[in-house]
Amino acid sequence: MHFLFHIGRYFWMLRRVFAKPEKHKIYIKQLFHELEALGTSSVGIVAVISLFIGGILTIQLAYNLVNPLYPKSLIGLGTRDTLILEFSSTIMGLIMAGKIGSNITSEIGSMKVTEQIDSLEIMGINSASYLILPKIVAVVFVFPLLVILSIFFGLVGGLIVGPAVGVVSLTEYIDGIRYVFIPYYVTFSLIKSLFFGFLVASVPAYFGYFVQGGALEVGKASTRAVVSTNILILLFDLILTRLLLT
Amino acid sequence: MIEVIHLSKSFDGKTVVSDISTRFMEGQTNLIIGRSGSGKTVLLKCILGLHDPDSGQVLYDGRNFTEMKNKERKNLRRELGMVFQGGALFDSLTVEENIRFPLDMFTTMSPKEKLNRVNFCLEHVNITRANQLYPSEISGGMQKRVAIARAIALNPKYLFCDEPNSGLDPETANLIDDLIQSLTREFKMTTIINTHDMNSVIEIGESVLFLHKGEKCWEGSKNNILHSGNKILNDFIFANKLYAILKNESQDEG
Repeated sequence: MHFLFHIGRYFWMLRRVFAKPEKHKIYIKQLFHELEALGTSSVGIVAVISLFIGGILTIQLAYNLVNPLYPKSLIGLGTRDTLILEFSSTIMGLIMAGKIGSNITSEIGSMKVTEQIDSLEIMGINSASYLILPKIVAVVFVFPLLVILSIFFGLVGGLIVGPAVGVVSLTEYIDGIRYVFIPYYVTFSLIKSLFFGFLVASVPAYFGYFVQGGALEVGKASTRAVVSTNILILLFDLILTRLLLT
Repeated sequence: MIEVIHLSKSFDGKTVVSDISTRFMEGQTNLIIGRSGSGKTVLLKCILGLHDPDSGQVLYDGRNFTEMKNKERKNLRRELGMVFQGGALFDSLTVEENIRFPLDMFTTMSPKEKLNRVNFCLEHVNITRANQLYPSEISGGMQKRVAIARAIALNPKYLFCDEPNSGLDPETANLIDDLIQSLTREFKMTTIINTHDMNSVIEIGESVLFLHKGEKCWEGSKNNILHSGNKILNDFIFANKLYAILKNESQDEG
């Protein structure tokens, strides 16, 4: 019953979020602010994590490729497809749920417990729409771009680490990442990223918007938001993979 | 004038506000007082529409707020100004941006007109040269005054203050009280102040509603509150030793 209550309240909140904005100009200003706060600031962490994961993937694929009959270029191919199909969208989603999600919950939660949200409501402003809509739009817009960046940096990571540790030559790796490229894999990854972006923004916003109590509760809500978002990302990953890839 | 008629509100079966009827008059400071947990904040939030009452009505100059549709409520809310206990200033905005916020949302003023209005409001709360500071960079008393400036930015007809001088030293608290009273008179607002500070009652309590356990226990003004003869009210007032001494002294002189 408790679960159903949260589902119902989440959709009730979304209905308010997507109501007609009071003043478009203010919302667009907010949107640019959120694009910078939630998007641009995440580029660094995405690049660093992707570089390392790309390198690690390359080493692990080489370690598992024990049959000498298999060409070494399969390492590049394996790294590329793993990054595109799973890592860059799903793992990035999980990481971003921690970074962006906890940020959203604590920001909105703090506003809630310090009565700033009540203040907006009394002014006659739809607080859910004003605070959450720009965040959802910003994250859904920026997420596919981060996924593309992640794929790129992951491939660069493999390109640097593979030849550096001697598990694959530069030529073999490049041959591998160019071999049997299926553009639909990228489309699939970008479709997933749109869903994950929506979850990463809206679920933590829900936990922040309905927090009650003080700073301690905001912290707890932040943790619950990240855990719930991660579970939902994995659930949607499963559903989307089943629907779009099999 | 704001009229409350037979208003009740309960949470999870527990009655917090029970059958309250009263009138808050225009151009004067109307105080709601009572112990912590007596239902003051819930009553205020019901009047503001942040809680929907279980029964009863709230009329703003005859307009039934409780029966209004969302759009009508939204329009009426632009006539309300609210000062929250903690100020509730937006942390990410400067003092100037905080006061300009309602103007940006609801007016078509030019940037220059908005700046003039912001400065006008800041002057009225005796703040100068703080436009570019953030709420975290100013004192608690200043935050309250900025909150008042923001509340009057749209020239509201009704002003609500939830414990406006809590956490302030007595001198600053008096300043805030005087400020609210002078603004109420100057702009002819209907002001409702939620407080348990007896100094505020004696200073600006032109009309006082005393709540006890969610019920209306006494109603009057600062002129007759000290001699009300109401035991529960007396217990509340004279819990403050200073007032008990003053009362004893006045009885001795009598």
